Amino acid sequence: MPYTANKPTRARSSEELRAEIPGWGADLDPKDRPSVPREKFDPDLNGARWEFPERQPEKWPRERSIEHKFLTPVFGTSTPPKGLSGAIRKYSYKKYSEGRAAHWLLLLAADRVDAWEHHLASFATLRPDNPITQTGVLSEFTRHGIASRTGTKRADLNHQWMDPIIVGGPWLVMGGLAVAAARRLARLRQT
Amino acid sequence: MRAMVYRGPYKIRVEEKDIPPIEHPNDAIVRVTRAAICGSDLHLYHGMMPDTRVGMTFGHEFIGVIEEVGSSVQNFKPGDRVMVPFNVYCGTCYFCARGLYSNCHNVNPNATAVGGIYGYSHTCGGYDGGQAEYVRVPFADIGPSPIPEWMDEEDAVLLTDALATGYFGAQLGDIVEGDTVVVFGAGPVGLFAAKSSWLMGAGRVIVIDHLEYRLEKARTFAHAETYNFAEYDDIIVEMKKATDHLGADVVIDAVGAEADGNFLQHVTSSKFKLQGGSPIALNWAIDSVRKGGTVSVVGAYGPMFSAVKFGDAMNKGLTLRMNQAPVKRQWPRLFEHIRNGYLKPSDIVTHRIPLEHIAEGYHIFSAKLDNCIKPLIITGAN
Repeated sequence: MPYTANKPTRARSSEELRAEIPGWGADLDPKDRPSVPREKFDPDLNGARWEFPERQPEKWPRERSIEHKFLTPVFGTSTPPKGLSGAIRKYSYKKYSEGRAAHWLLLLAADRVDAWEHHLASFATLRPDNPITQTGVLSEFTRHGIASRTGTKRADLNHQWMDPIIVGGPWLVMGGLAVAAARRLARLRQT
Repeated sequence: MRAMVYRGPYKIRVEEKDIPPIEHPNDAIVRVTRAAICGSDLHLYHGMMPDTRVGMTFGHEFIGVIEEVGSSVQNFKPGDRVMVPFNVYCGTCYFCARGLYSNCHNVNPNATAVGGIYGYSHTCGGYDGGQAEYVRVPFADIGPSPIPEWMDEEDAVLLTDALATGYFGAQLGDIVEGDTVVVFGAGPVGLFAAKSSWLMGAGRVIVIDHLEYRLEKARTFAHAETYNFAEYDDIIVEMKKATDHLGADVVIDAVGAEADGNFLQHVTSSKFKLQGGSPIALNWAIDSVRKGGTVSVVGAYGPMFSAVKFGDAMNKGLTLRMNQAPVKRQWPRLFEHIRNGYLKPSDIVTHRIPLEHIAEGYHIFSAKLDNCIKPLIITGAN
């Protein structure tokens, strides 16, 4: 009890645990564990043959945090910024540091714009986006969707109902808008 | 090549992409033989991580065979089997020279607060990941290691993140002999953290989750006592009762940004993206650890603010320790433990999914269907 000096009595002694659990106490000494000490200066630690890495070619103006002194010598080249979402991303990187909430909120907004740019563009291709196959939701029928959620208390069931709305809602709204626009166009033609 | 591609929140598909080229003299191109979906990939999948772009390929847990090397690579040649840590790192910056590989300053132009991670948004450097047939691996002479002949491939892929991170979480707790350790989260990282706590001499290990099948795994795989928090009115009071009202010596948050247990916290972060992550497990860790105890955080959170109970942490005199795992620093010891039979990481693998069906794999893992604990991805380029 914390109201007196001694620790609560242990249910099992170290000897019992060593006998019962494979490897118990193999790393008992805190000083003899990997990553100890946390920082240990050794410039030859990793066997690198450079003091500063050779620079990777910059094939487009690579967006970077303004907290960096310069573009890092190596960087990822996935998905360069494009379109309206790309403009938002570039603005966010150019204007705000990582310490500003505006930086992250703009990037999140760009992510949503990016998704809709690609959804709309996909309808001009032979492989339009398909929320049924892309969400993998059909696995609900093959991987025990109902049984996985019944017979046991799961804390995530109180919000899982929101997922179809979050995923499908914007599609339904867009579909509704498209139907309304088509009707209006038809009416205009009739008049 | 075939590759998983993000199409927006909750939506992915497999597309034909170009095989990545060598971009830097110390790059290698790796033909992926096994990959995994990590719990933290779900934060990307749910649209929580800022600057996650449509078209990106996820995947930071993978192993494979070297297909091509850049002009300065000396340690590998085409045909070598390699395991690749999830950290992209240069080996020589201020942080790498001190062993903080996950905090490398030379590989992520998009942010200074986090290093480079394969397939983990532009916030982590904009590198495509390994849920594909091929992947670009920068600094091939620094990060990857040969897969030992004796090592099972599924054990190797779990060493690239989940096992190294779980073990690191226990290590950050500075466990001493006889400590009571509470682990929040019975996913892959939590199971490995619980198992590793015994190696460091824990006297009791308690695992908390809300998924009964995962708690069953915690009992059989990690020899842990378990609590289903959904069955208690207040899990903190239960933890106090379980520890004679002292609190645990060490608590490990192995849940991160999408923790359940508080509707408001979960919805404002995971659904509406108004927080960097839902800090339920972290707040419970702060509440259930004893005064003067240690909270270890290896659950992943986004870069925005979260509603953390910092006043309690201060008033209780806690030590908070956290980081992304510097994977390669963990490997030599973990190799020993696997060889000695103390750890068998592949015991937690529940699903092996062909790359072409990865959308179903993400849904199964995200919705916690079919008793899913750890899904591996099998590529067609094997």
